[in-house]
Amino acid sequence: MNFDLRLPIGLLFSVFGLVLTGYGLATKGDTALYEKSLGINMNLWWGLVLLVFGLGMLAFAKFGKKA
Amino acid sequence: MLLNPIDLLAAASLPVAEVAGTPRIDLHAVDYGILGAYILVVIGIGFALKRYMKSSSDFFLSGRSIPAWVTGLAFLSANLGAQEVIGMAASGAKYGIMTSHFYWVGAIPAMIFLAVFMMPFYYGSKARSVPEYLKMRFDEKTRGLNSISFAVMTVASSGVSMHALSAMIELLFKAYFKPVHFLGMELGIYDISMVITSAVVLAYVLKGGLTSAIYTEVLQFFLIVLGFAPLVILGLHNLGGWDGMMAKLPEKFGNSWKYMGTTDNPMGVEWFGMIFGLGFVLSFGYWCTDFLVVQRAMAAKSMGDARRTPIIAAVPKMLFPLIVIVPGMIALALTKTPGSGYAIPLSSNPVEAAKGALDYNLVIPSLIAHYLPTGLLGLALTALMASFMSGMAGNVTAFNTVWTYDIYQSYIAKDKTDAHYMWMGRVATVVGILISIAFAYVARKSDNIMDLLQLVFGFVNAPLFATFLLGMFWKRATGHGAFYGLLCGTLAAATFHGLTYPAIAAPGEVLELVGMKGAWIANKHGFTSGMAQNFWLAIVAWSTCFFVTIGVSLATRRTKTDAELTGLVYSLTEKIRQEDEPFWKRPAVLGCVVLAVAVILNIYFR
Repeated sequence: MNFDLRLPIGLLFSVFGLVLTGYGLATKGDTALYEKSLGINMNLWWGLVLLVFGLGMLAFAKFGKKA
Repeated sequence: MLLNPIDLLAAASLPVAEVAGTPRIDLHAVDYGILGAYILVVIGIGFALKRYMKSSSDFFLSGRSIPAWVTGLAFLSANLGAQEVIGMAASGAKYGIMTSHFYWVGAIPAMIFLAVFMMPFYYGSKARSVPEYLKMRFDEKTRGLNSISFAVMTVASSGVSMHALSAMIELLFKAYFKPVHFLGMELGIYDISMVITSAVVLAYVLKGGLTSAIYTEVLQFFLIVLGFAPLVILGLHNLGGWDGMMAKLPEKFGNSWKYMGTTDNPMGVEWFGMIFGLGFVLSFGYWCTDFLVVQRAMAAKSMGDARRTPIIAAVPKMLFPLIVIVPGMIALALTKTPGSGYAIPLSSNPVEAAKGALDYNLVIPSLIAHYLPTGLLGLALTALMASFMSGMAGNVTAFNTVWTYDIYQSYIAKDKTDAHYMWMGRVATVVGILISIAFAYVARKSDNIMDLLQLVFGFVNAPLFATFLLGMFWKRATGHGAFYGLLCGTLAAATFHGLTYPAIAAPGEVLELVGMKGAWIANKHGFTSGMAQNFWLAIVAWSTCFFVTIGVSLATRRTKTDAELTGLVYSLTEKIRQEDEPFWKRPAVLGCVVLAVAVILNIYFR
């Protein structure tokens, strides 16, 4: 099958990563919002994790062995 | 109305300070955006796959073209429905580390056995489904019994899972939604979530068939891991790490094996019942014969990939307790920490709640509400929705294949064109989802009917693995043997259930017997827990089926010659030559490595 699943996975998680990182940056210093997550800006940090994962998948799809 | 978990906390007369800090699930645009993006992508995948769906084999079997890493993750995900995520977190809070037995004993060995010993027959025989293998190996009546019970079971359990999702959404969001009036019907959030999830699943399965289901299952796997990991990270951070969490938990929650010499442990099960009942009968019966999971491996592009599918699935399966069991343990530890601001919600049944009973099924949603800020909240809820939707897609793709090939093509319309069967598959997809929805509403109306159904399915499933084991490894096993073995195994299970009860009366106490739990014939034996009763029921059913199959087989004539059984029975099948595969890719080698890691995990957490 010529449809590489790594593309939609990479795409979806890159979008999630961008959205969460962006939202995390926009809400930086909002102590009320991050009171739940123990004062850590989890949107920013976890957004970066998702972004790295998503971009990694896309890189795999482009440069990796064809599935 | 005591439905919202936050109201329940207030009703539990906890100190006001505890309740005041309890967060509510409040969704914002960014959360909806994440959920929307997921739905767009899964429907997009369905449409992108549409042009590959040229024959019924593409639709039902993915044309046997998918690489092992994809089928492997789908194999794991197909089973990772709602019951798993919600249920294992609940068990983590009830039993602690012992819950890992469902993984390191109750899954890994069976998955490796399937890969190394059984996949060659499923994949090599070119059977299109598990019931079809039974037809090739035994006879028509054995296939009929298995395919019909499987079809009913699949749509019913899909309905139960849809009910669970909608009920949970209703519980969490009822406060924010007003019922909508449509064509004279009043639709609440329960109905709306049911319609939306079914419509999404229907759209992508109709377009892309099994491949759609498999692809979205892989997507769901990553979503669950990446959506729930922040809960574990924040929870452990909050409690001062692993040791901090264990310090808050009851002593027996920290060991998986230490207290299994007797039934005096959180699960109320001793080691023999656990290893033989769960680790052998139930686990092998599920992982090695259930078409829902085996279908994923059958879609792989080669024999090697098909055999590596369960092994690839076993690796994340081994690590899954970290994502699904630890949250339960975190929730209990927080509940036992004064001033943590979190407690597991009380049961929604007012009588139970007055006794202090907790609703363990709400562990995951309440932790999500407690820890995750807007943004991550959307991600975690999307992961939860995704697990329900792909669970439904998994069931419906297994159902439409068994219905079309094993029931419709075999008994109703034999010699039709391939296009006709593909059309039938699409019809079965729609009808399957509609029946599931009907079952969901039955479950909503009456817990009892669904409990009864699941009980009966348990009786039907328990003996199955004996039939497959004898079928694959003993060429003398006959069709009559298999059929009557299965029937007797099921009857034995029902009888055993009728004679036992999951509680032991204290001296002078008179047990209040409830039929659904057992002892509907007579109370001959009490077990320390429902789990122990269930494991022993499986052992009895399996043994009965095993010995009856042997007895009847020896008493009846073989109807299949050695030549007909080639490729279906171990002793009559040529060994697979693996010289063309590198040493480290061979299923037996990979399987041993995974098993060794599972043993180490068991020893480490003993």
